[in-house]
Amino acid sequence: MLLDGAREALAAGIGARTEELVFTGSFVEAVHAAVLGTVQARHRVGNRVLHSAVEHSAVLHAAGRAGTAEPIGVDRLGRVDADTFVDRLYSPGVVLGCLQSANGEVGTVQPVTEVAAAARSAGVPLLVDIAASAGRLPTPPGWDLLVADPRSWGAPGGLGLLAVGANTRWTSAAPDDDGTERVPGAPSVPAALAAAVSLQAVLADAEQDDLRRRALTARIRAAAAGIADTEVVGDPEHRLPHVVTFSCLYVDGEAIVDELDRAGFAVGSGSACTASTLEPSHVLAAMGVLTHGNVRVGVPPGVSEAEVEAFCAVLPGAVQRVREFLGAENL
Amino acid sequence: MTELTVDATGLRCPLPIIRLAAAARTAAAGTVITLISTDPAAEPDVAAWCRMRNQHLLDQTWSPPPPTRTLTSRIRVT
Repeated sequence: MLLDGAREALAAGIGARTEELVFTGSFVEAVHAAVLGTVQARHRVGNRVLHSAVEHSAVLHAAGRAGTAEPIGVDRLGRVDADTFVDRLYSPGVVLGCLQSANGEVGTVQPVTEVAAAARSAGVPLLVDIAASAGRLPTPPGWDLLVADPRSWGAPGGLGLLAVGANTRWTSAAPDDDGTERVPGAPSVPAALAAAVSLQAVLADAEQDDLRRRALTARIRAAAAGIADTEVVGDPEHRLPHVVTFSCLYVDGEAIVDELDRAGFAVGSGSACTASTLEPSHVLAAMGVLTHGNVRVGVPPGVSEAEVEAFCAVLPGAVQRVREFLGAENL
Repeated sequence: MTELTVDATGLRCPLPIIRLAAAARTAAAGTVITLISTDPAAEPDVAAWCRMRNQHLLDQTWSPPPPTRTLTSRIRVT
């Protein structure tokens, strides 16, 4: 009963019907189930999986495992080439299209409505990853499969969400089991309840919070753009309200993260030196922007204007210190 | 035409870009710099540096894989 209530609230919160929602153990598992299950169900049609070059790495990996992955390029702002995506949807053997609602790394909103209309007309199911936008922006219409990550709106881990549209051909890629879901195992009831409650809380403030955080991120964008040899990346208008990403020439990503940490600010980085693989971010590389010296700032709800001003005040000095340390202050 | 080579083999970004920028700073306009590097990040980053600093990227080529992949980028200083 508790699980039914959580399912109903979560489905409504992400724009799906209750009976379409499947609980998985994690977001990555939801992605795998969505991609593998759709490719399996449509194997007589072909095995080509189209996806934007800036999808979550779980989408890229699942697409490559399930069939032939075909990345569609993005522009300098990280927006997928919708014309190419649409053209390819009509080519033979395409079994699935994958497009995120927005990119979590650089904040750019994707043209999902346009691609979804073409996918519908071409008879190709579209998987929409709303991990970056759920709880912040409405789910774009026209999806056939939806994946979401409750952690992205502040819920604890241990749960992923998959919605399979009522008319979507999909079969679980895992063996049949006696679990309550269409994927193996039973979901965590506490995780589902926590995700439902936190999503409702986030949605209650979403509109007001959106305006407030947009103003704060605009302030950080301006401060970063004012630093020499620094490029703010991602779409300046069509973007997530809470993400700012920029790259500084001659700066080590790990060093700038440490420098800001010492000043009391936790930021992320898409630079290779901060990843276990030592590979640069596939998102930044696909956009053709600098992958080193990258800083991603997520502005959490409840951050004050004064805290953002304090961050903007320490930022130029932090970049300068890293450049001095590398002997790169006068290049 | 002046040519010079910058060897950044084994260095991780941003160091290859810093070496490249240091060489470009003192080079005369028209100089062609050949940067040799092995870090995978150098490919997008050399291109991004050229765009941000208005330098002219002539070409980038990876050598065949083993034992170490080497990227050769040629840049004309403006």
